[in-house]
Amino acid sequence: MLIFDKSVEGRRAVTLPECDVKEYSFDKKYLRETPAVLPEVAEVDLVRHYIGLSRKCVGVDNVFYPLGSCTMKYNPKLNEVIARNPAFTNLHPLQPESTVQGALEVMYETQKILAEITGMDEISLEPAAGAHGEYTSLQIIRKYHLSRGDGKRNKIIVPDSAHGTNPASAAMCGFEIINVKSDKRGNVDIKALKESVGDDTAALMLTNPNTLGLLDEHILKITSVVHKAGGLVYYDGANLNAVMGVIRPGDLGFDVVHLNLHKTFSTPHGGGGPGSGAIGCKKKLVQFMPDPAVVRVRNRYRFAERENSIGKVKAFYGNFLVVLRAYAYLLTLGKEGIREASENAVLNANYLRVLLEPYFKTAYSRTCMHEFVLSLEKFHDETGVSAMDVAKALIDKGIHPPTMYFPLIVHEALMFEPTETESRETLEACRDVMREIYEEAKSNPDAVKACPASTPISRPDEVLAARKPKVRKQ
Amino acid sequence: MEIRENLKYLESHEWVEICGNVARIGITDYAQNELGDIVFVELPAVGESVVADKEFANVESVKAVSPVNSPVSGKIIAVNGALEDAPEMINDDAFDAWFVEVEITALSDKLLDAAAYEKICK
Amino acid sequence: MASYVPHTPADRAIMLEKIGVEKISDLFDVPKGCEADLRLEKGKSPLEVERLIAALGAKNKVFDTVFLGAGAYNHYIPPVVRELASREEFVTAYTPYQAEMSQGILQSIFEYQTAICNLTGMDASNASHYDGATATADGILMCMGNKSKAVVSDGLNPEYKRVIETYLVPHGIEVVYAPLRNGVTDEDALKELIDSEVGAVCIAQPNYFGLIEDAGKIGKIAHDGGAKFVMACYPVALGILRTPGECDADVATGEGQSLGLPLAFGGPYLGLLACKENMMRKLTGRIVGETVDHDGRTAYVLTLQAREQHIRREKSTSSICSNEALCALTSAIYLSATGKEGIKEVALQCASKAHYMAEEISRIKGFGLKYKGEFFNEFVTESDVDTSKIVDKLQKHGILAGLPLNGRDMLWCVTEMNTKAEIDNAVRILREEL
Repeated sequence: MLIFDKSVEGRRAVTLPECDVKEYSFDKKYLRETPAVLPEVAEVDLVRHYIGLSRKCVGVDNVFYPLGSCTMKYNPKLNEVIARNPAFTNLHPLQPESTVQGALEVMYETQKILAEITGMDEISLEPAAGAHGEYTSLQIIRKYHLSRGDGKRNKIIVPDSAHGTNPASAAMCGFEIINVKSDKRGNVDIKALKESVGDDTAALMLTNPNTLGLLDEHILKITSVVHKAGGLVYYDGANLNAVMGVIRPGDLGFDVVHLNLHKTFSTPHGGGGPGSGAIGCKKKLVQFMPDPAVVRVRNRYRFAERENSIGKVKAFYGNFLVVLRAYAYLLTLGKEGIREASENAVLNANYLRVLLEPYFKTAYSRTCMHEFVLSLEKFHDETGVSAMDVAKALIDKGIHPPTMYFPLIVHEALMFEPTETESRETLEACRDVMREIYEEAKSNPDAVKACPASTPISRPDEVLAARKPKVRKQ
Repeated sequence: MEIRENLKYLESHEWVEICGNVARIGITDYAQNELGDIVFVELPAVGESVVADKEFANVESVKAVSPVNSPVSGKIIAVNGALEDAPEMINDDAFDAWFVEVEITALSDKLLDAAAYEKICK
Repeated sequence: MASYVPHTPADRAIMLEKIGVEKISDLFDVPKGCEADLRLEKGKSPLEVERLIAALGAKNKVFDTVFLGAGAYNHYIPPVVRELASREEFVTAYTPYQAEMSQGILQSIFEYQTAICNLTGMDASNASHYDGATATADGILMCMGNKSKAVVSDGLNPEYKRVIETYLVPHGIEVVYAPLRNGVTDEDALKELIDSEVGAVCIAQPNYFGLIEDAGKIGKIAHDGGAKFVMACYPVALGILRTPGECDADVATGEGQSLGLPLAFGGPYLGLLACKENMMRKLTGRIVGETVDHDGRTAYVLTLQAREQHIRREKSTSSICSNEALCALTSAIYLSATGKEGIKEVALQCASKAHYMAEEISRIKGFGLKYKGEFFNEFVTESDVDTSKIVDKLQKHGILAGLPLNGRDMLWCVTEMNTKAEIDNAVRILREEL
C-alpha cells in the first residue's frame, strides 16, 4: 500500500514553531491553484510505513551480495558516524573559505591519497558518480585534443566487454564509438586494436581488470599502441578493487582514470546512490580538469579556478559526505591495508571460483582477479534453467544474486564479485547453495524456474510495465 | 515462422510490400519472435525522408533496442500510429503491423525474395 | 591499522591450497617494473581516525544563524526523516536490479516520483539526478531534438549556467543568455532571441535573485517560437507558488536538497527532473513503474530501461547510472512527514520571514532593496557598506550573512529556521555596527 493511500485529511507528522512574523500574503496570480497532493499521516504511521518498506529490501548489512562489477563490500559503521558530524553536515557550500578549512583539508588530503593510489598527478572529487566521472574525463580528453588544434580526433575506442556507460558517456561528449573485440583469453585483441587506432583516435577506454575479471595480459602494449597513434588512454576504475596497492594505472601508461568511491572505497550505495566518481589525471591534462581545484597555499586551503578548465560538471564541489566516508576508510586502512584489501578480494574471488567450478563453467578458465564470470549457456541447454532462474533461486536461499547477463559477450553470464570482507564460511555457504541449485536444476528444473517464492512478490511482469508505463499514482 | 511470398525482404529482417510507387514496410515474423515481447516502437513522422538500408525506426523489447532499416528510399506518406499505443500488434501479426508507407524514389539493391530470405532465417 | 578482512592465517592457507597456489601474490600477473609501493602512512585504529577527523571538523565553523542560500538552503529536517533514511536496508543496498528483493526501495521511488509530479504538476519524474544543475542541463538536452540553440535566462544560478554550458557545448549547441530587466527575464529581449533553431527556453523559478518570474508568459513566448519550456524550480517554493504544470512547462527540474537533506558542504544533493507525458521516453536516468507479478499482485520495477546506457549504449541520451537514490528516499520521507499542509506552511513561513527581514533592512539608512519585483524567500540589498565588511561583522556574531554579489549587492535568504529574534538581531547589527 502506498503512503498516499494511508493519507487522512488533517493528519500531520511534523509541526513547526508558530510563525513569529506577520504572515505574508501574495497576490493570487503567483499562487498555485490547488495544493500539492502529499500524504497526510501521523508520525507513527509514517515510521511503520518506511520500516515496512525497509523490510522489503536487502543490503550488504543483511546478506552476502556478490554483485559483479559493483564491489559490494562491507560499509564500516565508523564512516557513517563520522559523516553524521554536524561540523560537516551543517556547512553551507558558499561559506567564507576561512570557515571551512577542515572540510577543505579533508578534500585536499583525500585527493593526495587517491593520487598516490592511482599514480596520477591530480585528483578532482567533483563528479557525483562513476558514469559522471567518465563523462568528465571524456570532456577533458576532448578539450586536450582541441587545445592542440587536433580537431579530427573524434573517435573513442571501447572493448566489446565494456560497461554500457563507456560508450554512452563518450557519445554525450560528441565522440563516435569504435568497438574492439576481445581475444580467446579475454584480452583486448591487439591486432584489432592496431587496426582501429589512427589519427582520428581520441582515446581508448579500458576497464582493467576487465569486466570478465581478468587482468589484461598485454596492458603495456595496449597503452603504447594508443599513445603511438596520438590517442590517450582512459582507465575505468570500476574494478580498481582488484589492484589497489599492487599496480597503479599511472605506472601502466594510463592518462586519466575515474574511481568509484562507493565501490572501491567502501561508501554505501544507498539503493542506487549517491556515489562519487572522483577522477585523476596526468600532468598534461590537469589544466583541463573541472573547476574548482582545492589547493593549499601556506597551510591554508582554498578553491581555485583552473586555466583551461572544461568548466563545471556539477554545482559546488562533488558529493562531499561520500568523500568524507572514503577519507575515513583510507586513513583506517593505510598503506598495508589498502593492498591487503585488494589481495584478499582476489583471493576470495579465486576461492569461490574454484569452489563453484565442479558445478558451473567459468567463461574463461584462468586465474581471475576480484571477480569471475560463469557461463551457463551449456547448463541452460541441458536443463532449461537459465542464468536468471539460478539468480532467482539464490534469492530464496538468502544470497543476493550476482550480476546477470553481463558482460554481453558471455551468454547466460553470471558475474560474481565476493569482495574481501566476506569470510571463508560465507563463500563456502555460497558454494553449498549453488550446488543445491545445480542439483535441483537437474532433478526438478520447474521448481528452480518458479523461484523466488520467499519474497513479497514473485517475478514481475516487466513487459506490462514497459508497454503501459505507470510511473506515478494518479 | 511465417514468410510471405508476395513480399521482398532485407537481411536485417524487414519486409516491404510494393504497390506502384508506394512501399509499405514492417518487420518480419522471424524478427518479432527473436525480439520477444515488443514494448515500444519509435516511429518517424510523415514528411520525413528515409534512405534505403538506413535506420528509420526503433523497436524496443524490455532488454533490447533494435534499429529498423528501410528497404527503400523516399518520403514517408503515412505512419501506423496505432503501433505506438499497441506495440503488441507486431507480436500478434508482424505482416499486418506495418510501420510506414513511403513514396519510393529508389529501391535498396539488397532486396531479397521470399526464398532467399527464408535461407537467412535458418 | 584496522582491517575489514575477516581471514585468519589459517583461513588463507586453506584457501590458497584449494586454489592451488602458494601465496597470494601468485594470483597477480604484474608487468615487470610496475609493482606499486605506495607512499602512504600506515593505517590507524578507528578511534584514532574518529579523533583525527573530529579535529578537522573543529576547524570548520558552523553558524547558529544562516542567511545564506543561493542554491543551498538551510531548512528544518525533522528527526524522523534522518532516522528512517538511515535504515541499513536502504543505505547498504545496491540499485534495485532484483525487483523481488527490492520492493521496498522500488516502492519508495515510485512514491517519490508521485510526490515530485504532484509538487511540480508534471506527469512523470525520474528516480533522481545528480543535482539541480545537472538535472537542468539534461532537462534542456531532452528538448533539443536537432536544434542548435538553447536560450537560458540570465537569472539562473551561475553554478547552473556553468554546468549547462559544459553539458551543451559538445553537442554543438549554443547557449544564448536572455538578459534581465529589473532582475527578471526581459520578455521583449527574449522574443527577439527566439528563432527556429531554438530548442528550449530555460528559466529559474524563483530566479537567482529570489524574484518570481512570470513563467506563464515566458512559457507562451517559448511555445509560440516553437521551443520547449524548462523551469528550474526551488521545490519548497512550489508549496505555494504556481507550478511548472500550471505554467505549461514541458520539463521541470530543481535542486531537491531543500527537501530534507543537510547542507553538507554542497553534496550529496538531489536533482529533480520531471516532464509532461509526451516526453516521458526522453527522460534521462532510471524510472520505476508499477506492474503486477505472476500472481497478480501489485509490484514495482525499473522500467523503460531501453532508454538507458546499459541497453542503448552509445545511442543513449545520457550515461547516468548511479543516481542519488538515498537522497530521493530522504526527500520522499520529508514530503510525507511535512505533508500537504506542512509544505504550504514551510513555504509561507519562508516567504513571510523573508519579507519581514527585507522590509526591516530597507528601513536602515543607506540600505535598500535592489529590485522592486515580488520575491519568495531571497532578496538582494544594496548599500554603500562594503559587503565583505557585512560578512565579517555578522560572522563575529555567529551569523552567516547573505552572499556578496559584488561590493554593494548582497543576496539574502531567510527560511523557517530563522526566528524573528535572529532577524531583528542581524538587522540591529547592520544598523548600529556598520
